[in-house]
Amino acid sequence: MTPRSIARTALFALLLAPAAFAQITSLSGAGGTFIYPLASKWFNEYNKVHPQIQINYQSIGSGGGIRQFSVEQTVDFGETDGPMSDQQLRESKVQPVYHFPMALGGVVPVYNLPGVQLRFSGPTLAGIFLGEIAMWDDAAIVKDNPGVKLPAQPITVVHRADGSGTTYTWVDFLSKVSAEWQKKVGVGTSVTWPVGLGGKGNEGVSGMVKQTPGSIGYVELIYALQTKLEHAPVQNATGEFLNASLASVSAAAATARIPADYRVSITNAPGKGAYPISTFTWVLATPSMKDAAKKKALHDFLIWAVTKGQDYSEGLGYAPLPKSVVQMELKDIAKMK
Amino acid sequence: MRPSFHEEIPMDVSSTETPDHPVAGLAPHSGSAQRPRPGSAPLPSPRAPLGGPVRPSGPTDEQPGTAEALPALPMIAPEPEPDPDALPEDRYHRSTGRVADQLFRLGTGTCAAMVAALILVVILFMVKGSIPAFKDHGLGAILSPAWDPTNQKYGALTFLFGTAYTSLIGMAIALPLGVLTAVALVEILPKGPAKAISLAVELLAAIPSVLLGLWGIFELVPLVRRFEISIYKSPFGLRRLPIFGGAPLGVGFLAAGLLLAIMALPFILSVTREVLLQVPRSQREAAYALGATRWQAIRRFILPYSWKGIFGAGLLGLARVLGETMAVTMVIGNTPQIKASLFASGYTLASVIANEFTEAPSDLAISALISLGLILLLLSVTLNAAARIMLFYLNRSQGVPQGAK
Repeated sequence: MTPRSIARTALFALLLAPAAFAQITSLSGAGGTFIYPLASKWFNEYNKVHPQIQINYQSIGSGGGIRQFSVEQTVDFGETDGPMSDQQLRESKVQPVYHFPMALGGVVPVYNLPGVQLRFSGPTLAGIFLGEIAMWDDAAIVKDNPGVKLPAQPITVVHRADGSGTTYTWVDFLSKVSAEWQKKVGVGTSVTWPVGLGGKGNEGVSGMVKQTPGSIGYVELIYALQTKLEHAPVQNATGEFLNASLASVSAAAATARIPADYRVSITNAPGKGAYPISTFTWVLATPSMKDAAKKKALHDFLIWAVTKGQDYSEGLGYAPLPKSVVQMELKDIAKMK
Repeated sequence: MRPSFHEEIPMDVSSTETPDHPVAGLAPHSGSAQRPRPGSAPLPSPRAPLGGPVRPSGPTDEQPGTAEALPALPMIAPEPEPDPDALPEDRYHRSTGRVADQLFRLGTGTCAAMVAALILVVILFMVKGSIPAFKDHGLGAILSPAWDPTNQKYGALTFLFGTAYTSLIGMAIALPLGVLTAVALVEILPKGPAKAISLAVELLAAIPSVLLGLWGIFELVPLVRRFEISIYKSPFGLRRLPIFGGAPLGVGFLAAGLLLAIMALPFILSVTREVLLQVPRSQREAAYALGATRWQAIRRFILPYSWKGIFGAGLLGLARVLGETMAVTMVIGNTPQIKASLFASGYTLASVIANEFTEAPSDLAISALISLGLILLLLSVTLNAAARIMLFYLNRSQGVPQGAK
């Protein structure tokens, strides 16, 4: 190539570039880390079908996602593992804020008591995490596990030290099954734990449980599935002891009563076969977006995510949304248009 | 016999300290005459370069090549550096033109100003960020032990205690270990092994703290737990002592303190080693010539001569220890409580900031976390100031030979 031809090509490219870029709509989002593996798969697949749409997602945590979307308005959509509170909705600079469930997750108890297979009822778990049940051979645990020989060993509770949606779901369940938990501790992404040690992240909790004989903790279902961690069945509202699985988590969403704004906790869901410590994870969006192209792109993507996108859930360890919820959402996402 | 060492050698030293000493052999050091200081100046002058030799109180006159200055409270680990004062003055003036000189001065000045501005900006951010928390809580509540994010209560006391306690444990282990190892490296061991050991310790400083934390969870904590269980079961009722109380879980203040000691060790060791290397040969030779044993020489001559530098090494280690986040978070148990027991789990200022920041439930929570950062900064500044004031009074009380200052 002669210098002249290089220059000509460069000029040509320069002239073309704006035309090429003009068609690309890029959306940005921020929020929880829980959805990140699924979300990045979605954005990737969606970009293959719709190359003119690019979606960037920063997994900075649910709290950050809510703030960036509703207060700082630096992103086009937010994402959170716990719904926004009434106060957060009131204080939001973006109005109205819609919650759209995108996927489901579960939280499971894990424990370190070699050679003993255990199952737990909700009140027992609450008692353990309140510190009232301090020994493994406590009457409450014996009652949940008839016929199991339990050691007279002290229980060490391990919880998440970092604020997290996993903690939110866990304590949300505990406060539904124990009035005392609700009164003494309450619900939040980080709470004041009556007893126990804090580990950082799922890996911190599971590492500490593995290392500490006689300990019990909780981790995200996906994490337990990926690391093949053995987890204990938990009793649901109908009295069944259920092991968490993608099917039993989906069942929780199918049997729960879903309100019009989707801000609902599906822990301790009433139906048969529903795993009691389950949760939605939500995308936060608003129809009051100014940029029409972005608005349409987000609308189209959300429709795709709750329909075709759900096919990718199971492969990555997420429980897919039940049909009933998808039907309901399709109508509401249409309001984004 | 010994008191006379004290008097004689330092006297000899201080006689060369007069800045205008017209000894020809001092020519390479004459740079030090540019910043004359009273021989009793207890603190480094603000113009003195950080980490650099600031004390022109070089006692040697026979060996112009000997680096004679002590680093005074260095803030970063100084590499063994050539004595800048050794640059002959005339070369300094003639070699470059005035313009280059001016440019250089401007450039370095700008860099220095930027560093100062950076610190100011960070402090300003922290002060501004913590105002909502201080307004909401008041100073009293900030210092309360209650940490309850669900009820918007953010007291810092438990974290302050955790930071102080773990730092204390860490320093109590790292300081003697570091100083004694440095003495061994400089005074006792042959060159080969000494070099190998200092290289290994410097490598230790390069291990990311998250990795040390992982090692802590999987190796150190079980080890600590075994130790705790042996205390727990010991026949002498050791577990009834307050510092050994509680369940033997492995995670807690002791594990965190041990990890911190490992992290502070390279800093303390390498600075102390450099300080000891700066002790003039004449000092050693004089000691041995007077019939001192090795122990006497080290205790009476070498350590007193360099204790100020060792103090600086300790401060440097402390700075490292106070702000350490990741590794501590992984082994301390993250329980906001105040317990005297080494085996109890706790929480530190830096850990709680790292843990709770991303999912902070409200603006007030974020402000409270920033205020914890401010408290950490204040703690560090206070400790530093206290150490310097202590140094000042120790210096004045003439308890040390002159050369040791």
